[in-house]
Amino acid sequence: MTAVPLQPPRRLVSFTLDGEETRVPEGSTILDACRSAGKDVPTLCQGDTLTPKNACRVCVVEVEGARTLAPACSRRAEPGMTVRTDTERARHSRKVVLELLASSTDLSTTPRAAEWIKEYEAKPDRFGADAARVDEQPKIDNDLYVRDYDKCILCYKCVDACGEQWQNTFAIAVAGRGFDTRISTEHDAALPDSACVFCGNCIEVCPTGALSFSTEFGMRAAGTWDEPAQTRTTTVCAYCGVGCNVTLHVQDNEIVKVTSPHDNPVTHGNLCIKGRFGYQHVQNRD
Amino acid sequence: MDLRYTDAAPSDAEREAVDALLGPPPSGWEGAERTDEDLRWARGGASAAKDRRDQLLPALHAVNDRVGWISEGALDYVCRRLTVAPAEAYGVATFYAMFSVRPRPAKVLHVCTDLACAARGSAAVCSDLTERLGAPGTPAEGAVWQESPCLGLCERAPAALLLQAGAEPANPPQATLPLTAGENPPSATLPPAGANSAPPAIEERGSGGGAPEEPATGAIRCSAVLAPATASALVTAARAPESTLAEPPAGAAVPQAGDPALVLLRRIGTVDPASLDDYRSTGGYTALRRAFALGPAGVIREVLDAGLVGRGGAAFPTGRKWQATAQQADGPHYLVCNADESEPGTFKDRVLMEGDPYALIEAMTIAGYAIGAHQGYIYLRGEYPRAYERLGHALTSARTRGLLGPDVLGQGYAFDIEIRRGAGAYICGEETAIFNSIEGQRGEPRSKPPFPVEKGLFGKPTAVNNVETLVNVLPILEHGAAAYAATGTETSTGTKLFCVSGQVSRPGIYELPFGASLRELLDLAGPPGRLRAVLLGGAAGGFVRPDELDVPLTFEGTRAAGTTLGSGVVLVLDDSVELPRVLLRIAEFFRDESCGQCVPCRVGTVRQEEALHRIVDRTGAAAAQDIALMREVGQAMRDASICGLGQTAWNAVESAIDRLGVYK
Repeated sequence: MTAVPLQPPRRLVSFTLDGEETRVPEGSTILDACRSAGKDVPTLCQGDTLTPKNACRVCVVEVEGARTLAPACSRRAEPGMTVRTDTERARHSRKVVLELLASSTDLSTTPRAAEWIKEYEAKPDRFGADAARVDEQPKIDNDLYVRDYDKCILCYKCVDACGEQWQNTFAIAVAGRGFDTRISTEHDAALPDSACVFCGNCIEVCPTGALSFSTEFGMRAAGTWDEPAQTRTTTVCAYCGVGCNVTLHVQDNEIVKVTSPHDNPVTHGNLCIKGRFGYQHVQNRD
Repeated sequence: MDLRYTDAAPSDAEREAVDALLGPPPSGWEGAERTDEDLRWARGGASAAKDRRDQLLPALHAVNDRVGWISEGALDYVCRRLTVAPAEAYGVATFYAMFSVRPRPAKVLHVCTDLACAARGSAAVCSDLTERLGAPGTPAEGAVWQESPCLGLCERAPAALLLQAGAEPANPPQATLPLTAGENPPSATLPPAGANSAPPAIEERGSGGGAPEEPATGAIRCSAVLAPATASALVTAARAPESTLAEPPAGAAVPQAGDPALVLLRRIGTVDPASLDDYRSTGGYTALRRAFALGPAGVIREVLDAGLVGRGGAAFPTGRKWQATAQQADGPHYLVCNADESEPGTFKDRVLMEGDPYALIEAMTIAGYAIGAHQGYIYLRGEYPRAYERLGHALTSARTRGLLGPDVLGQGYAFDIEIRRGAGAYICGEETAIFNSIEGQRGEPRSKPPFPVEKGLFGKPTAVNNVETLVNVLPILEHGAAAYAATGTETSTGTKLFCVSGQVSRPGIYELPFGASLRELLDLAGPPGRLRAVLLGGAAGGFVRPDELDVPLTFEGTRAAGTTLGSGVVLVLDDSVELPRVLLRIAEFFRDESCGQCVPCRVGTVRQEEALHRIVDRTGAAAAQDIALMREVGQAMRDASICGLGQTAWNAVESAIDRLGVYK
């Protein structure tokens, strides 16, 4: 449990959510309102500490009077607005968007994707066997982490985290256009030759497993990755005096990866290369 | 911000090209020789970098114009000069179709295969060209050719554009362009019926052609427009671009030129577009004087009373947009002229800018005055070299004469205009994508709200208007709102420009009062004997059947008929055209031009194209399943895409299925 500082008080905005009068603090998004009302609106690209990019379009809802659907993750609740989250139109768009995503990328390591595909009765196979796919081989060019862009849904979260929203390293960006768009380093260079500082903050925010620890990638390939069997222990990083929180994911008494709590008021989930990857000494048995 | 650059060094030519734009680097931190002083030198950091990021697109153009492609060393040098992260600059460079980050020849031949050119034989030109020069994308004889989306030369289809990289001509083209020679009175340049077989007389030198004494070594930058194009002319041009025959004057695209009823087109083909005196002697700058007499609020009132709505396709009331921008407390305010005319089949803005550039500059000055802006940008599509030169020339002479600058017309109002060239991206015509492009970001649209009037260019209140919209402001101020509103219908006031292309005998730009019917327009242009369909509004528009030609050409009339005026495209197809292939080209266009930001558009446009490929030769039950699939995907694209590109990408195909029964 980390300390969460109190926010200054905010005025309440009153609007109608699925027929019910709802009051949320000014500045809240429709998704915030849905979550506090206990509604489950699916979303992939929304990040708790990043500015919503609303690129995945899975969270679309119907706003009365609007020509198109609105992304719940970034559209702010306005006084008097009437929002419906579960209309035929919104469900149709979510279904098709899930089909488009699942038919072009590998969602096997995306949390909840399979559940939503079932819930919305999405059938990604109906575009046929010849439907174009992203079709990328995993990029394994260093010992710390793997980029498997076949799983990338282009949510921009890694770019935002590497850039001015978290890390300020700007090692990766979106390159190309249209279906050929990819997350890329400058000139598509290997990570060790790029500006990457291996903080791993991009892995922290990746919602699909396109970016993963080499340990996790290897164990998944070997079939030994067993998330339910893992324990998570949040502790303090011992490398320097900042005192970042690190969460150790342990399977069979070995640390398999390190994350960081996003609600930590100092680091908001950020770590450096040492905190994120420098855990081998803990399990050095010599 | 801790930026890491690569070790790649720029060539001398690349460095020169960038330094010519940005000036020499002041310190070792920006790519100059390191000195001891550099160790004590610091300036600005991240905020300084943000100040110069907007020079990224011009800098990429500078390198691409000089060398033909953007090498690692050149990109790295640009990044050092502007304090931009190399990964981000790479992301920007790979976004635009006119840039290459792989080596390629200095000469690139863009051959249009889009709707209007396809309807007039571009496929044959391409297959001939493949035989003579090899497959598209394969360098041969120091040149490479590639298929291109609409080049905006539809009245002279099939069209091609040759761009040769090299050093800038010794005499800047705007100073030497022999503009007057070609701008003959309209009677001499009116294309005869069946203009295709007999293109208008060619009198003017190719735009941007270097001085004749320059050696033909490929070292001098030039561009050549070839339209109508034949494979043999293209091969000759690829060998010696500077010897290319000149383009016909802009007036040749206006079959009605000289008609006293013309309002927006009245000067085109009758005055010299390079002469400010010609412009003034035909009423130029009276509208601006009236604007100063009325004051900003008075100008907005006139535009509101005139009922002017945007001509870029969305038909939003211009006066309301200006009022909302003018009222914003945040400053500075900006004016952006959207001259990124990339809708297939649209070329009216090109003709306006080439034939009457001062009109746009005067109109922008009025708009800037009304909204309280002191800086305007013309975001011009990269494929319009002649419009770029003529506007550049017009801006320079307007500045010299005190019509732009710190004290416009001695009225104490400061206003200036900068041209920003796009680099091949249809999406950059979307109003918020323009901001990102000017700011040096990828040309991806932004989410709305916030709307541009609140947070636009550089996060400041911005009014974005299309070229044709702006030019309408002149007759409003010259004759008053009431006189303007007397033309057209109650809700569609004034006149409208239509870009007529395809199988008509007199393709070109036509100006008609709102309310004229499609039939009247086609009668002017000479319709084909066996009309199959008319595509109204462009690739994002809809088809009209031959029995629907009485549809009134107004915003409300076309809406009631289930189609749209869009940007004024009227593409006429006779029954020799295979409609499934036209639809396939539309789908290809949207797939190519999707920015890739949101899923419905990025993947949906691909799925739409795949389905159209599957049913291209099928009808009835054999096509039904794929049509149902496209309907479902189309609905999600329309509902859930971020911007208009994805939202409209299914329109034309849907209307062809429903209204033309194309797969029945």
